[in-house]
Amino acid sequence: MNDKLKILFNGIIAENPTFVLMLGMCPTLGTTGSAINGMSMGLATMAVLICSNVVISLIKNFVPSKVRIPAYIVVIAAFVSVLQLVMEAYVPSLYATLGIFIPLIVVNCIVLGRAEAFASRHSVIDSCLDGIGIGLGFTIALTLLGAVREFLGTGKIFDLAIYPESFGSLVFVLAPGAFIALGLLIALFTKLREKSC
Amino acid sequence: MLEYISIIITAIFVNNIVFAQFLGICPFIGVSRKLSSAVGMGAAVTFVMIIATAITWILQDLVLNPFGLGFMQTIVFILVIAALVQMLEIILKKIAPVLYSALGVFLPLITTNCAVLGVAITVVQKGMNLGESLVYALATAVGFTMAIAIFAGIREQLAWTSVPKAMRGVPIAMICAGLLAMAFMGFSGIKIG
Amino acid sequence: MKSSLVNMVLSLGTITVIAAAALAGVYTATKEPIEQAKIEKQKAAIGQVLPDIQFNNNPAEEAAEITVDGETVTVFPARQDGELVGMAVESHDNNGFSGLITVMYGFSPAGDITGFAVMQHAETPGLGSKMDEWFNNPAHTIVGLNAATSNLTVSKDGGDVDAITAATISSRAFLRALTLANQASQQFATCQ
Repeated sequence: MNDKLKILFNGIIAENPTFVLMLGMCPTLGTTGSAINGMSMGLATMAVLICSNVVISLIKNFVPSKVRIPAYIVVIAAFVSVLQLVMEAYVPSLYATLGIFIPLIVVNCIVLGRAEAFASRHSVIDSCLDGIGIGLGFTIALTLLGAVREFLGTGKIFDLAIYPESFGSLVFVLAPGAFIALGLLIALFTKLREKSC
Repeated sequence: MLEYISIIITAIFVNNIVFAQFLGICPFIGVSRKLSSAVGMGAAVTFVMIIATAITWILQDLVLNPFGLGFMQTIVFILVIAALVQMLEIILKKIAPVLYSALGVFLPLITTNCAVLGVAITVVQKGMNLGESLVYALATAVGFTMAIAIFAGIREQLAWTSVPKAMRGVPIAMICAGLLAMAFMGFSGIKIG
Repeated sequence: MKSSLVNMVLSLGTITVIAAAALAGVYTATKEPIEQAKIEKQKAAIGQVLPDIQFNNNPAEEAAEITVDGETVTVFPARQDGELVGMAVESHDNNGFSGLITVMYGFSPAGDITGFAVMQHAETPGLGSKMDEWFNNPAHTIVGLNAATSNLTVSKDGGDVDAITAATISSRAFLRALTLANQASQQFATCQ
């Protein structure tokens, strides 16, 4: 039981995809203009990650090692396309907001990275847990970054006004603020991790 | 003609792929410690991006659109790019060993460079014709190369400064990138034609 | 598993076929909802831009394409028992701060602007993206202006409309789309 929990929490702190592994930076920067957008992107990626991890660990014994990467890419791309269609059908406005970053989940290094590093050598249940853990870690990071940017930029968190918008510094919602806020958050995370060890 | 110039200026400066569109960040952060490797990466991306855009555009026009297979776009494009990168690696090794030794190490990294797939999808979404698409791909790649080269120049200097421990490495690089992005915002709103 | 040509081709082929089949299945299943969602969005926007007008037809079914100065926009006529009581016009402008913006505008037959809804844009968050909020704010709204008697350009260009602070380009694009929509609605109304 303990082992399973370890796999689950590994992705949230020790191997947090954003703050520690520093993978998947494009959606991290591109979709975190607000907390809700960041969270949606995180959840979308998590959905693909869990599905692809499960399927890849199911088929790992049938795929010759030389063509395993193309095989994994096909699996991941299929799930991303399914996600695209489902989002377009049931949450069209969210699909429009996240735009090109939804199809680009295919090339998110986190997804292929977990397939190769974890799902291809572990059992189905462990791979599923790893998908949930890493997915949650990514979602938390994106939500946090989105909340920080939204708060500094517009004075809101999840659209809830904390202080008047006119006091916000808009640069945090724009492109430069994405880089700066993420840089500071990574530094903070590194510092906290160092202390706790 | 003016149209092409407008596409070029927009893609390089106004809507720079790294600083405004947030695509291709992984190589931008990962391969920018040294100026020489940054330029190599830029050249490899340019090469692949143009060929990939041409092939995916033609596929979209001749196969996906006529048969109503638009929903297969993501899966087809990523397979084409992955196969293309592999083939380029093999072909370059055989016919242009000099070029291969310059770009070879960067090629495998390009499959998961979202800038390549991003541009392929963008030109289809914007409904550009083949000529416009190729110009857009070239200009975007030049914008990427410029961004990563400037950034590598800054990071080479950064290696000699004393930075607080927690800020070393990626965090300080991110903040530099933020300042660069701010500089690039100065180009925003420029319109030609 | 060891790689041989046969099993490489076989396994990759199988995976691709299964993936394509699954995708085709999902595509067929979601085709209807996707179209439904688009229709719903259009319907909601039409209702939003013609707020106080009673109509009993389906404007989307009577959509007409009108070309003004080489740009084609779509006019959705709202009728009460066959009489034209308002028009929703889906118009666009290509020169927003980040390219295309698409807006639905509502007009009374006399040319009064009854409302608008931004359908699609990529303007800067917090600046140009405030179109919805800004032009609905009573201090500088365009709703209620008459397109025939008002000068629908930003005050910087000598017009009657205050541009969004720090987003003049987005405001100009918004007003150009409005002018285009107005011309189309006038053209449509005179053909009735």
